Amino acid sequence: MRELDVEQVKETVSDLCVQANYHLPGDVLEVLQRAADEEEESPVGREVLELIIDNAETAADEKMPICQDTGSAVIFLDIGQDVHFVGGDLEEAINRGVAEGYERGYLRKSMTEDPFERDNTGDNTPAIIHTQIVPGDQVKIALAPKGGGAENMSAARGLTPADGPDGVKDFVVDTVSSAGSNPCPPIVVGVGVGSTLEKAVLLAKKSLLRPLRQPHPREHIAELERQTLAAVNDLGIGPQGLGGRTTALAVHIEPHSSHIASLLAAVNIQCHAARHAEAIL
Amino acid sequence: MEKQIAAPLTDRDIESLEAGDKVLINGVIYTGRDAAHKRLVETLERGEDLPVDLQGQIIYYVGPCPAKPGDPIGSAGPTTSGRMDVYTPTMLEVGLRGMIGKGNRSDEVVEAIKEYKGVYLLAIGGAGALLAKCVNKAEVVAYEELGPEAIFRLEVEDFPVVVGVDAAGNDIYVKGREEYAR
Ligand code: SF4
Repeated sequence: MRELDVEQVKETVSDLCVQANYHLPGDVLEVLQRAADEEEESPVGREVLELIIDNAETAADEKMPICQDTGSAVIFLDIGQDVHFVGGDLEEAINRGVAEGYERGYLRKSMTEDPFERDNTGDNTPAIIHTQIVPGDQVKIALAPKGGGAENMSAARGLTPADGPDGVKDFVVDTVSSAGSNPCPPIVVGVGVGSTLEKAVLLAKKSLLRPLRQPHPREHIAELERQTLAAVNDLGIGPQGLGGRTTALAVHIEPHSSHIASLLAAVNIQCHAARHAEAIL
Repeated sequence: MEKQIAAPLTDRDIESLEAGDKVLINGVIYTGRDAAHKRLVETLERGEDLPVDLQGQIIYYVGPCPAKPGDPIGSAGPTTSGRMDVYTPTMLEVGLRGMIGKGNRSDEVVEAIKEYKGVYLLAIGGAGALLAKCVNKAEVVAYEELGPEAIFRLEVEDFPVVVGVDAAGNDIYVKGREEYAR
């Protein structure tokens, strides 16, 4: 049994909030550059991609947020089963970390207390926390600030087993098509397939943390990722929706065992500001 | 080649703009997003005066990040315009002429843009750090309690936008997508 003080978690969460919002991950920058140099056919599209890269570099250099929508603080905690948290309430410590990070990083506070009354909580809490118990005595914290523009364009649907891979592909293409220019393309498309509704949605979100364009290890899933990416890019939406061949930078699909009656599919759309940072305690 | 326009807008400037044009804005614009729009429209419904005169003005759909000490504003890129669609025809009716945002507009908004001879301008979504550099001054002029959703008066210099929907109702998104779809 390893004891871990929740103050350490708080400090780490606070740092991750700032880091994730100031620095676009290297893999995202690389893929954006490849799209600008080799893939995008539209001159306006290439120009937009270069501006997006320039923006990310400016943000990192000047220590400011890449995007003004610094998101809901979505946090994935993989907690080793041999860890014992001490020093206070874990969830409260995480929220203190978010509040501190958003304040000292000059990040925007975007959370409302109630979905209808809509008073701002003033410190970007509560964080959206997902926990998983894993073997070992470490804690992995991944933080992904999630902007509203792209999150709002996400969707889930109950398909039938007979719909198969093509059904999933069509659902993804429909979702991206109706999102159009709203989610700040080029986007990353996270897809969860199988299991139950809430699990499919969670898998879709988690797949966004995968290194960009790293194919799924199962060949038939990787093939569906390639086909779906090609179909999405054939929509012609392009960077910022101004027309082009780079509507999505990647499609990541996470499959899961499924009930004999079901084929659940969830699509979580991530904008080009595909921010995330992680730490291990 | 980029066109230069001054803000607030004149009818002549608006008429000179075509969907797809690259434009640099210089002058004064106002911010406003969901909560501010709701309040503005409610104010009009009560028959009261608006806290800002919208004649010929541009509203930028943005909720900026807090400014660091010494900076006029934090990151300040556009938010999704579609959420303002329900309010926009009313705004145009009372004199608003330009909107800066990102994303598609409803048919009603495009119709209202044509009717009142307005223009919908696009800024690059997610380029908040670069766009903040085009803002020289920012001050809250209404609804301070709304935090990032307050109405700010911004002085902008060479603020880059693309014409999304022009006064004739041409929509760059429709055109762009058709060209590259396969
Ligand atoms: S969708 Fe993403 S890039 Fe666009 S405004 Fe929202 S957070 Fe920023």
